Amino acid sequence: METLVTILAGVLVTVATYLLLSKSLIRVIIGTAILTHAAHLVIMAVAGLKTGTVPIVGEGDPVDPLPQALILTSIVIGFAVTAISLVLAYRTYQELGTDKLDKLRGNPDE
Amino acid sequence: MTLLHWAVLLPFIAAILIPFLYKYLKRIHTGWFVLVLPLVLFVYFLSFIPKTSSGEVILNNLNWVPSLGINFNVYLDGLSLLFALLITGIGSLVVLYSIYYLSKHKEKLNNFYVYLLMFMGAMLGVVLSDNLIVIYVFWELTSIASSLLISYWYTREKSVYGALKSMYITVFGGLSMLGGFSLLYVIAGTFSIRELIANADLVMASSLFIPAMILVLLGAFTKSAQFPFHIWLPDAMEAPTPVSAYLHSATMVKAGIYLVARLTGVFGGSPEWFWIITIAGLVTLTWGSISAVRQKDLKGILAYSTVSQLGLIMSLLGAGSAAFYFQDGDNALYMTAILAAVFHLINHATFKGSLFMAAGIIDHETGTRDIRKLGGLMTVLPVTATISLIGLASMAGLPPFNGFLSKELFFTGMLNVTEYGIFNLETFGFIIPVIAWIASVFTFLYCILMFSKTFMGKFDISKLKVKHVHEAPVGMLISPVILAALVILFGLFPNLLAYSLIEPAMAAIAPGILSPGEFFDVHISHWHGFSPELWMTFGVVILGILLFMTFKKWENTAFYRGEQDLFNYAYDYGFDGFIKGSQWLTRIQMTGRLRDYFIYMNTFIILIMAYTMYRYSLPAIQSLDLSPIPVYFWLVILVFVCSIVIIPFINNRVALIITTGVSGFIVALLFVLFRAPDLALTQLLIESVSVILFMLVFYHLPKLKKVKTPPKMKAVKLIISVGFGLMITLGSLSVFSMGQEVNFDSISEYYVENSKEEAGGYNIVNVILVDFRGLDTMLEILVVSMAVLTVVSLIRLRFKGSEDI
Repeated sequence: METLVTILAGVLVTVATYLLLSKSLIRVIIGTAILTHAAHLVIMAVAGLKTGTVPIVGEGDPVDPLPQALILTSIVIGFAVTAISLVLAYRTYQELGTDKLDKLRGNPDE
Repeated sequence: MTLLHWAVLLPFIAAILIPFLYKYLKRIHTGWFVLVLPLVLFVYFLSFIPKTSSGEVILNNLNWVPSLGINFNVYLDGLSLLFALLITGIGSLVVLYSIYYLSKHKEKLNNFYVYLLMFMGAMLGVVLSDNLIVIYVFWELTSIASSLLISYWYTREKSVYGALKSMYITVFGGLSMLGGFSLLYVIAGTFSIRELIANADLVMASSLFIPAMILVLLGAFTKSAQFPFHIWLPDAMEAPTPVSAYLHSATMVKAGIYLVARLTGVFGGSPEWFWIITIAGLVTLTWGSISAVRQKDLKGILAYSTVSQLGLIMSLLGAGSAAFYFQDGDNALYMTAILAAVFHLINHATFKGSLFMAAGIIDHETGTRDIRKLGGLMTVLPVTATISLIGLASMAGLPPFNGFLSKELFFTGMLNVTEYGIFNLETFGFIIPVIAWIASVFTFLYCILMFSKTFMGKFDISKLKVKHVHEAPVGMLISPVILAALVILFGLFPNLLAYSLIEPAMAAIAPGILSPGEFFDVHISHWHGFSPELWMTFGVVILGILLFMTFKKWENTAFYRGEQDLFNYAYDYGFDGFIKGSQWLTRIQMTGRLRDYFIYMNTFIILIMAYTMYRYSLPAIQSLDLSPIPVYFWLVILVFVCSIVIIPFINNRVALIITTGVSGFIVALLFVLFRAPDLALTQLLIESVSVILFMLVFYHLPKLKKVKTPPKMKAVKLIISVGFGLMITLGSLSVFSMGQEVNFDSISEYYVENSKEEAGGYNIVNVILVDFRGLDTMLEILVVSMAVLTVVSLIRLRFKGSEDI
């Protein structure tokens, strides 16, 4: 199962990279969100997906709780970053009138 | 700290005081205060002559950075003393001259004297230090001070150009020299020159010998304006004339000579050192003397003549270095070259200093330095004319002046080269004196040209800007008169210098050749019969006069009219080329498009990961201990992959958000399947909030348009994304397999066992988050708070005057 999940993560990274390379700001943001999912899956997979119970004392032999704690932290941080980039995109469009990255290039003299 | 240390530091301390003197004692020319310092130092250094002439050396230690072997050790022997006397002696005369040359009303004297004193201290530091790093520090200080002085009139474009050029070239050489010094340290483990000379055999035997030598020589050649690095010197003539006289004829340009002389004890005796220095010196000598003929500016002629004379001294040092090959006290042959070098060093400082000062006077009185406008000044400026005549005659090598003696010795040294029978000299050694002789002809020619164009002929006031031309004030004439008097004095009584200055300097250049108590035989005679040298001098005079007589014929040829040095073009085009090249390089890679940068980054990550995996034959996935895959899992995966893969193809905003949401919810489902209830909860919650946020923002964003990407770009995007995905998969698999190979126990067992006992909680994940690893959570809260503040300020704060929400 670990192999399958890492391959799945690979597919997620592929799509996310493809989106990051696009011209539209919105697609770039969605790309980062998908990249976050991929990272979570990789953390899960490399720690081993052994069968076991939920990590609660008294339920028997639990699965590894540490990657879960790490991912939980990461989910929240990922959300914070997504929120900021979304608002940034919104403000960019409001001020500059475009969401095309090709046009957001600053001064040609710089 | 001894008195000698203070002697080096005194000019720097005085430089600090200058601005105050300038500001508060405006009525007195600041130069008068400055003048005291070099005079005192000169007298102080004179007091060392008895010591050094008896073969004694003075070494005073002062620790600076002892842990790195960098110590400000002051070392005084014949060579250092000779240079120290030149620096302070000519320094005094130049300061005196500058008092009359620079007006106290019009010029910023505080700048001038601060730079000049800084230079003087740095130069004393170079010649008195024993430690290579300390020499380097002072060396660069001379470069900086020199550039500041060249650009003294910083509003003139040419001054700034000259200053930058000299800075670039000398700092380039200085840095190479630092590299050479570091290599010497690697070889011998010391920065001390004395210890290096003592370990010269070790240095010779090292494989780093040649690189160290070339790097050090680059420093010496750039500083001493050797071919082809001489191009900065003519442009440095934009400096005020006292500066040209001091820095660019008598002292700074001889720092390279000093370094070569000083390190002869380390490198000398090797054929490479002999050939490089001799050839560089001869080429510089010839190129400089030929170029000097073509100059129309008085200071331009003098600049190229300095280049040429420096080449002469350099070639003599090269020829003299063969003394180390024989390592015995027999100095009849090759030590003559070193004798000639030291003697000519002194002579050049005297006559070139006086000539520059004379040129300054002409400039000052007539308003021009162009020889095409000048002429017939002999009766108008009689004293200046006399000084120039003495200086030029000495430079051309005519008796009874000191230049004649050193030129004869130069010929002797060069003729002796052919008799060595080492370093393949027996085959084509004869070329060396021939080149030297041709260069002397040109030297003679430009000396006559300079004199005849300036002082002879008809005096034509209409070509000049000034209305009335008269002799310079007495104060301005004192310094050149003293120097011209020295030219005659050393010419008539050369043996005044022989055992007081020249012999100790020779002993310092060639250490270890004499057994203790012995002295080099220095006897400079005016007349040594009808020797080949004398006939060579006759030849020089006759051919020089012939060329001068036929001057009318080749006056209008392209050779004479072209003033520019070929290497100036090389420098200018090279400089432009560097700037244009770097601009071109920047333009092609710094496109300003986010996508291009992503492509660079991802390409590099892919290449580095692929290479690493290839190099260490990864992923080594042999028999992984994998978990079984439940059947229903395949279904989840199928839906997930479908929802992900279609995302890039969706062109409808709402559909895009929903599909992204779906993939997020499937991740939550995966967490459920992986037995992570807390994760699943959080993911569900956050995905919901994200979707709402997306919706909120998308309402304000424009509709997605179907973007037409060219197929080439599409292919690049596809290759990079697939490659990146592949690398991540392979990388994670390798990590997983390596984790199993190493087979360490998981740290989690501790958490599982102690969650209840230590922390009193049943939910292990939550206990880890708030108890075992609570710091992470605290900072994560900080991240979220900051995100909230950022969002609020992004939306609320408007600085462009647009309306508030």
